[in-house]
Amino acid sequence: MPDVITSDGSVRQDDWVIVPTPAEGESLVVPPEPALIPAGLWLAGKEHYEGRDDIGVWLDSHEEPEMLAGVVNELPVIAVNFPKFSDGRGYSIARLLRERLNYRNELRAVGDVLLDQLQFMKRCGFDTYVLRADKDINKAARCLNFFTQGYQAATDTDIPLFRRRA
Amino acid sequence: MYVYDEHDRQIAAERVAQFRDQTERALAGELREDEFLPLRLQNGLYVQRLAPMLRIAVPYGMLRSAQLRRLARITRDYDKGYAHFTTRQNVQLNWPAIEDVPDILAELAEVEMHANQTSGNCIRNTTTDQFSGVQADEITDPRPYCEIIRQWSTFHPEFAFLPRKFKVAVNASEHTDRAAIQVHDIGLQMVRNEQGELGFRVHVGGGLGRTPMVGPVIREFLPEHDLLTYLEAVLRVYNRYGRRDNKFKARIKILVKALTPEGFAAKVEDEWSHIKDSPTRLTDEAINRFKGYFTEPDYQQVPDVTETLATQRFENREFDQWIAHNVDAHKKPGYAIVTLTMKKTGTPPGDVSDRQLEQIADLADQYSFGEVRVTHQQNVVLADVRKDQLFELWQSITPMGFATANLNTLTDVICCPGGDYCALANAKSIPVAEAIQRQFDDMDYLYDIGNIDLNISGCMNACGHHHVGNIGVLGVDKKGEEFYQISLGGSSHHDAAIGKILGPSFARDDMPEVIQKIINVYVDHRTEEEPFLDTYRRIGIEPFKERVYA
Repeated sequence: MPDVITSDGSVRQDDWVIVPTPAEGESLVVPPEPALIPAGLWLAGKEHYEGRDDIGVWLDSHEEPEMLAGVVNELPVIAVNFPKFSDGRGYSIARLLRERLNYRNELRAVGDVLLDQLQFMKRCGFDTYVLRADKDINKAARCLNFFTQGYQAATDTDIPLFRRRA
Repeated sequence: MYVYDEHDRQIAAERVAQFRDQTERALAGELREDEFLPLRLQNGLYVQRLAPMLRIAVPYGMLRSAQLRRLARITRDYDKGYAHFTTRQNVQLNWPAIEDVPDILAELAEVEMHANQTSGNCIRNTTTDQFSGVQADEITDPRPYCEIIRQWSTFHPEFAFLPRKFKVAVNASEHTDRAAIQVHDIGLQMVRNEQGELGFRVHVGGGLGRTPMVGPVIREFLPEHDLLTYLEAVLRVYNRYGRRDNKFKARIKILVKALTPEGFAAKVEDEWSHIKDSPTRLTDEAINRFKGYFTEPDYQQVPDVTETLATQRFENREFDQWIAHNVDAHKKPGYAIVTLTMKKTGTPPGDVSDRQLEQIADLADQYSFGEVRVTHQQNVVLADVRKDQLFELWQSITPMGFATANLNTLTDVICCPGGDYCALANAKSIPVAEAIQRQFDDMDYLYDIGNIDLNISGCMNACGHHHVGNIGVLGVDKKGEEFYQISLGGSSHHDAAIGKILGPSFARDDMPEVIQKIINVYVDHRTEEEPFLDTYRRIGIEPFKERVYA
């Protein structure tokens, strides 16, 4: 069971497993436990999962979150994969899911998730994080809160500092 | 000039604490080198050929005397007693120890300075015209907008891991462009529309490096209130669609070219339509508050010294040349803009000692309301000097080495640190600059050949902006030996252009003579009063080729 960090820095465990994109010619096998499946495959076979409330999706960094427009809130969890921590597309994906598509449920950062990126992720709308296994989960709370405020609006606040100064 | 409030101070202090924590984890082995790399780069810290290098931000080039004194002290306490003014209006230290950097950043924060985002794949320091606010032909003072951009881009959570570095420059002069905005990722030209409203003409996708390009206009008029939402739209399109598979194709210029400027603009407009009315849209109140930091200093009624100055110039030829070259017109009667040149032959362009930094601070206090500006040509400007103090100022700066009257001439070389310091360089650049300066040491001759931008880069990363030099020099490596390729006809001004390569490259020792031949061709062909660039544009590259490779 993975350790999952929440935005206040506390750690909990849950059962969500990530189902990778099946190889060419193979079909998707959905496990009985709570699963995050590739977003495109979920969209293509959405009706199959209507009986289950423990199916979520994951998006890779090159994928367009717009494909989920109108249906995002049918999903209990959306995960965004960071293939490398230096791939910053996931931040835009998160903001678009939250601010453009009005996604309200859990948004999870997965993949190459390191301590020093957590606060950026939080500001962009993520609320859970699966830290890369070799990183010290006990330092997450500190790294989520290095800054007490930011200059610009993001998902966490739509009021930029120049308006708060007024 | 901008002054921190409690919010800025808190954010700056938290940044120092964060980097201290990151450095400790890196030194303890908890962060791999590739993981620490972007963190240290976004705090200005490179690891270079001989030692680490720390690039300190000088937002849009503005410095107070207290900040100069602190920089001087830092170079003494943590470095070898000198610093380097860069081609992007910043300051670099060449020899700090990695473990000292958090302490250096803490010392900088005390004087409202930082090294945020001076490197790395993020939004870098915004640059502008060093004559902002004091020149007559200005739409408006661009500095409040630069500060607005600085704050918006600082630790922007969405744009800390862009495909590649991202540079914004702003220009507000109608007739000149000292900020080279058309060779930036975003170039903002301040304009007024027909209704007299303030705004920006937006260029996107200019740049130097391997694929030099002049940035096309993607929006003719962007109202000032929409500045940040529009920038956010541009950056979001770039962050999502810029190439990440090849670092040499990752700059926004490649994306703009691939989508065409029209296609790119359409994507930005679409993104912008969703966010243009968000609370990030600037208010009059906010703009006015930022403008309040850049009000005029307490200008005095200066007695008319036209006659005295004329006599001083007549009696002292060197003073006359200094006025002619290093002093510019000021919007206020009785005041002048003075550029202190950091280009004395024998000193690497842009290098200053700790003592010189303190001298500049004293000069700022005594002659220019305690402020200076760093220029992208690696000089320092005293923007508000009383005309009745010019002679006295000139007398004091001559022994300091700041009065070399070569501003904008061939020996006012723009030059990167090159192979002497930089791990990326293919070749040395400083010795080439010096050899050329020695070749052209006759000031009368130098004035006769007029204004020529000579820009030298030690590699194709182009920190010396060689593509936009009227004469550009690029260091290349050929089987372990240093050679230099020459390009002609570049310009970083309103008539921005990328220079054309002359031909095969030259050995270092041949460089002064090659430059001399190029100048000889110009002198032979020029019409009266025709500057180098105009002659080049009229006669083309062939006559230069023929002479140089004869």
